[in-house]
Amino acid sequence: MVKKQKKEMSSEKVIPHSEAATRFNKDTERVNWHDETLWFVREKRDKSAHQIPDWELLRETASQIKNNVLSNIHDYLIEFEANAQKNGIIVHWAADAKEHNQIVHSIMAKHEVKQMVKSKSMLTEECHLNDYLAEKGIEVIDSDLGEYIVQLRKEPPSHIVLPAIHLKKEDVSETFHEHLGTEKGNIDPQYLTESARLSLRNTFLTRKVALTGVNFAIAETGEIVVCTNEGNADMGAHLADVHIACMGFEKLIPERKHLGVFLRLLARSATGQPITTFSSHFKKPRAGKEIHIVIVDNGRSTQLGREDFRNSLKCIRCGACMNTCPVYRRSGGHSYHNAVAGPIGSILAPNLDMSKNADLPFASTLCGSCTNVCPVKIDIHDQLYKWRQVLVKEGHTPTAKTIAMNTMAKVLANPTIFNIAGKSGRFVMKNMPGLVNNKMNKWYDQREMPEVPEESFREWYKKNSREAKAKDNE
Amino acid sequence: MSSKADILKKIKQNQPAFSADLPDLNLLSSENPDVLATYKTVLKNIGGDPVEVTSYAEILDYIKKNYALEKRIITTIPELSEIASLDWTSDDPHLLADVELNIIKAHFGVAENSALWVTDDVLGQRVSPFIAQYLAIIVHKKDILASMHQAYERIGNQQYGFGTFIAGPSKTADIEQSLVLGAHGARGLIVFMLD
Ligand code: SF4
Repeated sequence: MVKKQKKEMSSEKVIPHSEAATRFNKDTERVNWHDETLWFVREKRDKSAHQIPDWELLRETASQIKNNVLSNIHDYLIEFEANAQKNGIIVHWAADAKEHNQIVHSIMAKHEVKQMVKSKSMLTEECHLNDYLAEKGIEVIDSDLGEYIVQLRKEPPSHIVLPAIHLKKEDVSETFHEHLGTEKGNIDPQYLTESARLSLRNTFLTRKVALTGVNFAIAETGEIVVCTNEGNADMGAHLADVHIACMGFEKLIPERKHLGVFLRLLARSATGQPITTFSSHFKKPRAGKEIHIVIVDNGRSTQLGREDFRNSLKCIRCGACMNTCPVYRRSGGHSYHNAVAGPIGSILAPNLDMSKNADLPFASTLCGSCTNVCPVKIDIHDQLYKWRQVLVKEGHTPTAKTIAMNTMAKVLANPTIFNIAGKSGRFVMKNMPGLVNNKMNKWYDQREMPEVPEESFREWYKKNSREAKAKDNE
Repeated sequence: MSSKADILKKIKQNQPAFSADLPDLNLLSSENPDVLATYKTVLKNIGGDPVEVTSYAEILDYIKKNYALEKRIITTIPELSEIASLDWTSDDPHLLADVELNIIKAHFGVAENSALWVTDDVLGQRVSPFIAQYLAIIVHKKDILASMHQAYERIGNQQYGFGTFIAGPSKTADIEQSLVLGAHGARGLIVFMLD
C-alpha cells in the first residue's frame, strides 16, 4: 500500500515546518497573541461542550456513525448519487485535483461565465482551484470574510475555520485601505467588516456561478448541507444561475436524522457556538437553475486503505485540534505548508505527498490534547506517531529524531513553555502520564516536564476561564 | 474506465470489510423542562432578540414602532399585509437587494441553539432571509422543541427543495476574533414568539 506513494514524490520545494515555525517565533509578542487568541477559542469550545450533559455520548455516537460510513462508503455513494440525480442535481466524479479543476472549469465554460463567487471550501484550496481558474482567465472572489482578507493579501488561509487568524486588525486595515479604499489607520472591525460587506454584496448580485463547499452529504435523501455564520454561501448560491458544490467523498452521512448529531457537535467544537448561524440543506435546484455536485477522491481512497490512518477520513473539519495544539498555536497555520494545517492536516498531508510533507507528523509534542477534543474521536496523536514510523521506514526522514527535537525546541523554547504545559500539558500529565513518559515522545525525552502543580484540573479550568472572561471584558 | 467506476472500485477494495452498526440515537437525551426560557437565553447570547407576543396585532405594533415603514418591507404572511408587501415571491431574486426588513414564519424552533427551521414553503424566495438588512421570524411557542434530535424527528421525510436552520443574525469574527453582526446576511434577527 505504502509503496505506491513513491511515485507521488514532489519536486516542489517547501520550507520545513521547523524552519517556518522559527521564523514565526521571531515576533514574540505576536506569537503570544496568536497563542492566546486560539486558546480563547478552545476555552469557548470547552464551556459549550460542558453545557451538554451527554457530550461524551454524542462524540461516541458521531464516531460510530462515521465508522459505519467508512465501511460502507461504496454503497452510500451510489445511493447518494442516485437520490441527488432524482432531485435534479448533476453529479460529477473527480479522481484527483486536476480532474476536479477541469470539471469546475468545464461548467464555467459551458455557461460562458468568467467570474465566480466562492464560499469556504478547503477542498478547493487542496486542489488549488483558484490558481487553475486564474490561468484560464476566470476571476474568483472568496466571500468568507477571512478568506476574502487572505485572498486580497495573496496568502492561503492559515486555519480551516478561521482563515485570517494569523492577522491583526492593523494588517486587515492596511489591506482594505489598499484594495477597498477604506480610511487609512481605521482599525475598527465593525467598520472594516461593513466595507467588505458593501463590496461583496455587489459581487453576490452580479455573479452567475457560485461555488460552495459541503459539510455533510446525505445518502438517504441526496441533499447536501452547507454551514456558515456569515450567510455568504447562501447569498452566492441563491442569486446565481449555477451552484457548484465540491466535496471529498468522506462528507457522506447515511441518513438525514444523523445531522442532529453532527450539527450539535460541529459549531460547539469549532468556536463554542451552539450551532452555526445558517445550516442550509440544498436538495433541489430552483426552477430553471442548476446545482452541480463534484465528488472528489484525490488520495482519499488510498487513505481509506491505510488501516492505521483511515480514521482521519472521519474528520468534520471543526478545527478544534488546531485551537488546542500547543505547536499549532505557536507556529501558525502557514508553517504546515498544506491546505489543512495543524494535527489533522499533518495526518492528511503525508497521504497526498510523503516526501513533501514528511516533516509534519513531527510537528507535534504528541500531548494528545487534539484527540481529547476531536468530536468524532479520531486518534489523532496516535496516527501522528504511526506516520513517523512509516516515514522513517520509507526513508523520507533520515533525521527524524533531530527534526522532532529541533522543531519542538524551537517552537517551544521560550518563556511561555511552562504556560503551554500549564494549558494542555498539565491535563495530559494528570490524565495520561504514560503518554508523556513513554519513549515515543522525543521532546519529552530531552527535557524534564514541569512539575504538576497541586491545583486540580477542574480548579485550574475554573480559574482560567474566569481570567479569560475578565480579559474578554477588558 | 471512467473516474466514477475507478473511484468506486478503489473504495470497494480499500474500505474496511467490517461494518460497524449505526448507533441508536434514542440514547441521546433531549429533555428540557423549560424550552421557552432556554430558547430565549440562547437566542440573546447569539445576538438575536426574542419578543413574546399574543397576536399578529402585537407584531404589527412592534414593527410600526421599531422599523422605518417607508423602507421596503416584505413578508409571506397575509396577516401582515398592512405594513409589508406580499407580491414579490415570483420576482427575480436580485430585485430584493433593497429590502430593509423581511418577516417570515418558521416551521419550528430549537431551544438548545435557538435555531429556526424554514423551507421553500415559507421563504417566498430562497434568498429572502439572507438578502434583507433585517429579519424577523415568527414561531409559535408550542413549536419550540428541546434539541436537534427532536428537530430531525419532526422534519422526518418532509419534502423540500431547500431548507435552512437560522440561529441569530449573520455574523463574523474573522477580524481578530471581534464579533460583528451583519456579515453578509441580516444585521439583526427578531424572533416573535407567538402564543
Ligand atoms: S480531526 Fe477532529 S478535531 Fe480536528 S478538525 Fe477534524 S473533526 Fe475537528
